[in-house]
Amino acid sequence: MFLGIVAVFVGMFLSLLMRIHLVWPAAVLPFLGDIKPETYLTLVTMHGTIMVFFVLTTAPQGGFGNYALPIQIGAPDMAFPVLNMLSFWITFLGFVVMVGAFFVTGGAPLHGWTGYPPLSALQSSGPGEAAGADFWGIGIALFCVGALLGGLNFITTTLDMRARGMTLMRMPLTCWAWFLTAILGLLAFGVLLAACILLLMDRNLGTSFFVPAGTINGIVTAHKGGSPLLWQHLFWFFGHPEVYIAILPSMGIVSTLLSVFSRKPVFSYKTIVYSMLTIVALSFTVWGHHMFISGMSPYSAYGFSVTTMAITVPSAVLTFCWIATLWRGKIRFTTPALFAIGFVSLFVSGGVSGPFLAQPALDIPLHDTYFVTGHFHLIMGVASMFGILGGFYYWFPKMFGKMMNETLGKLHFWFTFAGAYAIFIPMHYLGLAGYPRRYSQPEVGYLRDLMPVQRFITIAAFITIAGQLIFLCNLIWSLAKGRKATDNPWEATTLEWTTATPPPHDNFGGLTPVVHNGPYEYSVPGAPRDYVMQTDPATVTTH
Amino acid sequence: MALVLLLFLCLLTFSSLYFFVAKVWWFQAGASSVAASLDHQFVNTGIAMGIAFLVAQLALGFILFKYRDREGKARAAYHRGESRPEVLFIVLAACLFMALDIGVDLLGGHLWAAERFRPAQAGSTLVEVNAMQFAWYFRYPGPDGRFGATKPELEDASAGGESAIGIDARDPASKDDFVSGVMYVPVDREVDAILRAHDVIHSFGVPAMRVKQDAMPGLAIHTHFTPTKLGDFDVVCSQLCGLGHYKMHGIVRVVTQDEFDKWQSAREADKQ
Amino acid sequence: MATFTPTAPAHHPLTSRGIGGTLPPIAGGGDNNRPDPGLPDYRRRLRRARLGLLVILAPVLMLFVSFTSAYIVRKGLPTFDPATNSVVHDWLPVPLPTTLFLINTIVLLASSVTIERARRQIVRQAALAPVSDIPGVSLGTEREFPWLGITILLGIAFLTGQWLAWRDLADRGFFVSTGPSSSFFYLLTGAHAVHLLGGVLALLIAGSTVILRRPLESRRIVVDVTAWYWHFMALLWIYIFALLEFAR
Repeated sequence: MFLGIVAVFVGMFLSLLMRIHLVWPAAVLPFLGDIKPETYLTLVTMHGTIMVFFVLTTAPQGGFGNYALPIQIGAPDMAFPVLNMLSFWITFLGFVVMVGAFFVTGGAPLHGWTGYPPLSALQSSGPGEAAGADFWGIGIALFCVGALLGGLNFITTTLDMRARGMTLMRMPLTCWAWFLTAILGLLAFGVLLAACILLLMDRNLGTSFFVPAGTINGIVTAHKGGSPLLWQHLFWFFGHPEVYIAILPSMGIVSTLLSVFSRKPVFSYKTIVYSMLTIVALSFTVWGHHMFISGMSPYSAYGFSVTTMAITVPSAVLTFCWIATLWRGKIRFTTPALFAIGFVSLFVSGGVSGPFLAQPALDIPLHDTYFVTGHFHLIMGVASMFGILGGFYYWFPKMFGKMMNETLGKLHFWFTFAGAYAIFIPMHYLGLAGYPRRYSQPEVGYLRDLMPVQRFITIAAFITIAGQLIFLCNLIWSLAKGRKATDNPWEATTLEWTTATPPPHDNFGGLTPVVHNGPYEYSVPGAPRDYVMQTDPATVTTH
Repeated sequence: MALVLLLFLCLLTFSSLYFFVAKVWWFQAGASSVAASLDHQFVNTGIAMGIAFLVAQLALGFILFKYRDREGKARAAYHRGESRPEVLFIVLAACLFMALDIGVDLLGGHLWAAERFRPAQAGSTLVEVNAMQFAWYFRYPGPDGRFGATKPELEDASAGGESAIGIDARDPASKDDFVSGVMYVPVDREVDAILRAHDVIHSFGVPAMRVKQDAMPGLAIHTHFTPTKLGDFDVVCSQLCGLGHYKMHGIVRVVTQDEFDKWQSAREADKQ
Repeated sequence: MATFTPTAPAHHPLTSRGIGGTLPPIAGGGDNNRPDPGLPDYRRRLRRARLGLLVILAPVLMLFVSFTSAYIVRKGLPTFDPATNSVVHDWLPVPLPTTLFLINTIVLLASSVTIERARRQIVRQAALAPVSDIPGVSLGTEREFPWLGITILLGIAFLTGQWLAWRDLADRGFFVSTGPSSSFFYLLTGAHAVHLLGGVLALLIAGSTVILRRPLESRRIVVDVTAWYWHFMALLWIYIFALLEFAR
């Protein structure tokens, strides 16, 4: 629990950083010249890196998972608490090193979170590409190790420490999501670690894994024969599972929240589990869709297009199940419910722009434009964030014994929901019109014509960020003066709501729960209340 | 709250779709032979996805409104989604979505194959597109039709032109090569562009031509297109290449065959 | 633990505590926080540790799979040579110190044997521990063969041998940046050595528990898990050796 709280605070500190990062890149647009082009690219790089790794990968898994997984399966703690702490501290160290990149000579790197060599492999390719890029690489490598240790814990705990009666198919979907995310991580982060090691070797030991013969700044490099495409293959083989690592925990949280707050079982627990499994399996087959025009064989591009189209199907099925969960429900619009609903809407919005990019022919005009930026921010960034925030509002009472303020919560939701759409939908239009990514200023005529749209986005960003302050205020105020929370304020059925608020150090006070029911027994016909706890032996429903 | 959500989702759906349908911000006017079919495929996909978007968001909105918790409302319906008709319904939804995907693929699948699975036609205008931090240099092979050798050691950007890309004067084939800062091409004739990057990854993007291809150091990548309109068209670097990425702008100048021949002869004469 | 008695007054309407039993009577088994001394609660811990090892071997495998795929790609990769305006292959095989590697392989396989012996030895010791608790009974464990110590020595010998192999290559002018094949040589052997070093450290920790007088069960778990890890490292080494030797 301690680890969970610390990780959540780390995650929040990082999201605060995210807000700052958000403002500065955007601020270049109307206030031209305030931020130098290389600084802009540095911000783009570090924003992406910190958000994808240290927020979206850390917060849902390390933050909530470490806290809620053991308690939801009836265990007193994770399988290897010491390794877990080690995982946290290594991740923390990685973060320190990453932020340290800002403070070394030359500053932080400017090669984007994707770090394509030779730009990222040659120390003289730009400002920040010397020591800064080394810090970046080491920070990521440390993060990989931390993530692997964390994943180890999740899998072992889920497989070995479930309480009696807690079969795999009775686990809350959050637990399934963390379990599958850990599997993805275990298989993917090893590849990223390998890629980072090779990159650091190219940068510092003079090897040529990724760098072919050529010049930089007019000086012939000492490298020859390497392949930049190799980095892209390795990176995206990790990178695509990574986006599912970012979104799966939120999918689990949202499935639970939708069920709790419509007082209905999830629509087809098994389908959701199988869909998530399918996504996990397919996610290792689609990485080439990031590389359609990279110079890779056009035939393999076609293959990747097919697998990418295939992976939209389980995602669509999941969306269908979520909407069907709400159908004929008795929906309570609490703050966590709102964020879960927002997730579904955002997932749809971000998802429908995918099939455009999945077709190699259409990717030609859209690649590396703001269309892509809009797509992934909606479906990975914001949707995931909504899952995290929904989970936060949901578990806050259990973690801290106080309720969060509902009015402020709803206000926060609307600022974020409307704001996110105002920021990221216009990006699709920019992309259509041909505005490339990572351009710090518009030099070309047709780009200058699009500046009003950019200004709109910036203003929307300012407002949305301001809205996040509401969340912080709510957090601080609720911790200090919030209404005291009962043990089960949401009338939910899963195991964490059976124990004291906040839970004792070993979650259940020396006792072991015995599970009789599935996790989503709401509105069971004939039951005295509209929810049946998982530990309630009274109504044993068959699966 | 439910009503507000429904209204918001309606507003979101219709306003965002409006900007697409009305083409308020749209692709640049197409200037190559593939532009029309590519744009058409985009619209097809847009219709399919637009329908999915509309249906999903509105279904969400209406369900939220209809099934909101009210005073005295009866319990929710206990649907676990695992009965036979419910599972069938899920399968049906999946199949419907798959059909959308497949339909869209069938309509547009040939586009990629048509352009990328074949080399440039014989008789194409041959241009070598050289990308380096942060400028484009376009090399023409001259009357012998062959590009001479280049050496990284000979590159000297300050001298511009042929020196910038390091042409090796000792190679006889390079005697008649000439470099231009603007990519002149004749209209209605296929262009065979050979992309070479000298330092980091760049990308040759010409939005009006619906052309984009990464230039990868260590590789010489061919891409081809057929310009169909006269005029100047922007080349924008489309792969992050360093601090000057946003400044890496080039021009494709499409002229008539006569003008192109005149220009080419003039440049070749300079090289004599 | 017999029955659960709620300490909270009555039952709260929002939880089912008190109705039907939120935390019902504990039926035996379950993961108590009070380990029964003598009972193999450590059997669960052992199983958990082994599961953990299996899980963590997946990313280690992925690391070397990635290196392998990079190796294969790089080996076959033609690259554009601007000097000749043509595409060339630039892979030059590195001369492997085969004899030295063979010796190292034998050393490592021997250490696999010794660590397996150490593992079984400690299983026996753990099984007999309750017996030796009885005052007056001695099993003469003090004079058992130091398999663990020998494994550590063999592990260090292997690592020394690898370092000698590096020296050999450097003497012949093949450094990490000399060419792609030498880069991979150092990379693969280096990564393997780092992982093996981790195993050696784990064994040292296990060995030190003897001095620190920690419970036998913990030591047994560490040795057991490290033994399986060690076997994996031995297999991995054979694979790396084969790759470097036959896929030159």
